[in-house]
Amino acid sequence: MLRFITRRVLVGVVTLIAISIIVFGLFFAVPSSPAKVMCGKNCDAASIAAVETRLGLRDPIAEQYTSFMKGIFVGRTYAEGTAFEQRCDAPCLGFSFRNNEAVTSILGRTVPVTISIVFGAAILWLLIGVSLGMISALRRGTLFDKVAIGISLTGASMQVFFFGLILLYVLVYTSGILPFPSYTPFTDNPAKWAQGLILPWITLGFLNSAIYARLSRAQMLETLSEDYVRTARAKGLPLRRVYTKHALRAAITPIVTIAGLDIGASLGGTFITETIFGLRGLGKETVEAVSFLNLPIVVATVLLAAVFIVVANLIVDVLYAVIDPRVRLS
Amino acid sequence: MTAPASAPKSPETTDTGAYLRVSDLRVQFPTEDGVVKAVDGVSFSVERGQTLGIVGESGSGKSVTSLTIMGLHNTKRARISGEILVGGRNVVGMSEEQTRRLRGRDMSMIFQDPLSALHPYYKVGAQIAEAFKVHHPNASKSEAKKRAIDMLGRVGIPQPARRADSYPHEFSGGMRQRAMIAMALVNDPDLLIADEPTTALDVTVQAQILDLLEDLQREFNSAIIMITHDLGVVAQVADDVLVMYGGRAVEFGSVEQVMRRPQHPYTWGLLASVPSLHGDAEADLVPIKGNPPSLINLPTGCAFHPRCRYAGRNGERSFTDVPELHQVKERGHLVACHLSEADRTKFYAEDIAPSAGVAQ
Amino acid sequence: MTETLVQEPGAQPVEPSRPSGEPLLVVDDLTKHFPVRSGLFGKTGLVRAVDGVSFSVRAGETLGLVGESGCGKTTTGRMLVRLLEPTSGKITFEGKDITHSKGGGLRQLRQDMQIIFQDPYASLNPRHTVGRIVAMPLQVNGINPPGGVKKRVQELLELVGLNPEHYNRYPHEFSGGQRQRIGVARALALRPKIIVADEPVSALDVSIQAQVINLLRELQRELDLAFVFIAHDLAVVRHFCQRIAVMYLGKIVEVGDRTAIYERPAHPYTRALLSAVPDVTKMGASGRIRLEGDVPTPLNPPSGCRFRTRCWKAQEVCATEEPPLTIKPNGASAACHFPEDGAIK
Repeated sequence: MLRFITRRVLVGVVTLIAISIIVFGLFFAVPSSPAKVMCGKNCDAASIAAVETRLGLRDPIAEQYTSFMKGIFVGRTYAEGTAFEQRCDAPCLGFSFRNNEAVTSILGRTVPVTISIVFGAAILWLLIGVSLGMISALRRGTLFDKVAIGISLTGASMQVFFFGLILLYVLVYTSGILPFPSYTPFTDNPAKWAQGLILPWITLGFLNSAIYARLSRAQMLETLSEDYVRTARAKGLPLRRVYTKHALRAAITPIVTIAGLDIGASLGGTFITETIFGLRGLGKETVEAVSFLNLPIVVATVLLAAVFIVVANLIVDVLYAVIDPRVRLS
Repeated sequence: MTAPASAPKSPETTDTGAYLRVSDLRVQFPTEDGVVKAVDGVSFSVERGQTLGIVGESGSGKSVTSLTIMGLHNTKRARISGEILVGGRNVVGMSEEQTRRLRGRDMSMIFQDPLSALHPYYKVGAQIAEAFKVHHPNASKSEAKKRAIDMLGRVGIPQPARRADSYPHEFSGGMRQRAMIAMALVNDPDLLIADEPTTALDVTVQAQILDLLEDLQREFNSAIIMITHDLGVVAQVADDVLVMYGGRAVEFGSVEQVMRRPQHPYTWGLLASVPSLHGDAEADLVPIKGNPPSLINLPTGCAFHPRCRYAGRNGERSFTDVPELHQVKERGHLVACHLSEADRTKFYAEDIAPSAGVAQ
Repeated sequence: MTETLVQEPGAQPVEPSRPSGEPLLVVDDLTKHFPVRSGLFGKTGLVRAVDGVSFSVRAGETLGLVGESGCGKTTTGRMLVRLLEPTSGKITFEGKDITHSKGGGLRQLRQDMQIIFQDPYASLNPRHTVGRIVAMPLQVNGINPPGGVKKRVQELLELVGLNPEHYNRYPHEFSGGQRQRIGVARALALRPKIIVADEPVSALDVSIQAQVINLLRELQRELDLAFVFIAHDLAVVRHFCQRIAVMYLGKIVEVGDRTAIYERPAHPYTRALLSAVPDVTKMGASGRIRLEGDVPTPLNPPSGCRFRTRCWKAQEVCATEEPPLTIKPNGASAACHFPEDGAIK
């Protein structure tokens, strides 16, 4: 088991290094010179050159990559020995082209917002979606099943912006039951934190739980037709035990995988949700940075999203091995 | 033949007759395309210590019959009538909870593919212990585990204490089927239903498993139903044989009677179409023409008539009347065929007996 | 009939002269090792799935490859039709080395050598009509037979006992036996010289199995097809094959003609295998050779003779020296230090 985890971690690290190289290549892939972007409109060749030197853009690519990576792990100093010298402590991801704010501090502001949205919503969709799907499968063909299928079909075919705006209109503008969503750090005031995020939670949670209900219903139905479930019944186990101990564990395995990847991917940014509810999270920040060609931020967010996905993958793999002993072998 | 040696478990089963008695069992599944008559009026019985072989192709109703005895069919969808007496208790119409108490304790079952029939996530020993514990709620965890290891040893798994902690995928095919058998026998059931237990196994392993079942039957004195499509397996292990076709029993008798003096043209067809290790290898096999029938839309009259070489040899009844099982001259040998016994004897001697695969 | 005799791996098979001339297919010391990872950083082990197999098939001859699961018979078949790359060894077809043929050479080879699979359903594309399925090999190879593709396909359907008017039907409209017939028709489309049939009847009901066996026998005789017939069912193989090679743990332990193998087998494993087959003509389990235990893992096969761990005749020499395939009194070649003699009961 330890061996399995070690190998998976190594694979993850290799993947991240590969991604960092590709992402770093973005600096050079964009048609416009980063120095030009930073320098603004009225910029002569001399000042562009100055900026390039300051950012180290004149060094060979490999060297730039090394200093970029070095910046992440031990920190770096831009334009050392010149008047523009600027120290950037680890983990250094550079400075925003727009206002020279450290990228890490921007992330420190936006990442908690996205994490709060995603985890709250994930708990909702897993609890509601999976249990709805499982119960549907066990009561296949009943009224409960049909209603659940209907709801999940509606949910699965709806869009975040549509459903989110309806909720906003009904619960905030018309009735005033909830205040307009806002982000208060959990550590400042947990109650306010929850109150400000409840709408995005419901929006994302409901839509995803629809998908998860369908998925888990299908999984459970498939598992119920497995031979080993029949064996469990043939042993004389009570139905409840057959379902909970024998069927559920097998049915949940693929859901764990998909949930892990979904959560990992969402952590990279939930742009639409953030935009509708005016929350400044990772997704919104990224999209803005892209439109301004604010490369340091783009690179940092893409890299962070990759880290989330790789880590989520790792967790999924380990969970999978915990659930299914056959995985541990390979 | 053999009288039950072990003490009966419950007072209802004290009669010396058959442990399992199935009478006029009918199982139907309504579907969108029509009613599937999976089993259509089948009767048979098995005594303790005896083995009944049920032979048939896919769709003959043999598997549905066994699942119905165990109460493992889809209770909501199936329409069941008739009587299934397990140790004197009628299982038809019994509540799920009541059949559950019988399952695994009085009657148990082993399946064709032991890899898919064992839960991939749980250790083999734990799965067997679970089967013991559910019917022995007062047994401690360690008692159940000890019993599981003991059973693994008895079905011939080396180092049972160590292997009990293995997962099914770490076992070979033969070992898995042994483990399934250990699980099925952990509560000393009086009836064991084996549904194609060796079909997925290699021949040498199949031989081991069949031997094991025979040894265990001697030890536990249980009644065994062996469901198979392989006439060779039946010839080897069965005392009595029931041949099923299209959801009905077409022939019943002792293994000697059915294998050496078969009466039904379908049984003949099966025997003549099976390649054998003896006889003329160059001679063509004599297959049964056509395909097994759909259970939704069975042929009228004798369901076998479209594939039967002798249909219509005795008037038009083959096409209109469903033949009932009736006794032939020999006691205990039943056949459902419109041919006269004289004709059957003649056709068999002329057409069938000379071809490969039929016992001389 | 005389036997291919192989003394040691690498030796050329000694092929007796026969009027029909050169053998069609010669397999020489074929091996296939699959690497498996076991350690943390891939300390690799080798599954010796096929480990030095040599045999030959003449035009119009039927060779049976029998053995239990894991003996390497299916892997061998896959290498023959070049679905798997051999680790070492040589496959010669009509005098040409095809061991590593690619591209055009492989396409040419596919015309002469076809495969039939076990599962007739999984090997037919459910979205294609039967006509299209059977015509596929013709189209892929750019062949336009006289009278057109459709006519040829209908001939083929008729040849395998299907109604040519079912040209436009889909595989799901056919029963298992009919689907296998479609697979056979497809294999015959290019008029191959040899067909590798991998368990072609084991997924079928008994009554249907006989129909397909008879069909294959008929086609074999009429078209003078050579067959490599891979099966676990010894009785089926007996009815189909003139010559039989028995495999155990990646090696051929005995190869010979039908009478030798089925009536006077020399290798103890062949005897055990035969005696394990439940036969309708035998009642009860009397006189059976009981093999103990399971087939050892091909990751770490026993030293010397691979069968020795389960053999009742094994002695010390069996553990130290691997027995070569040599001609035994029954006329077959067997790899055994202490071969059996005499007819089986």
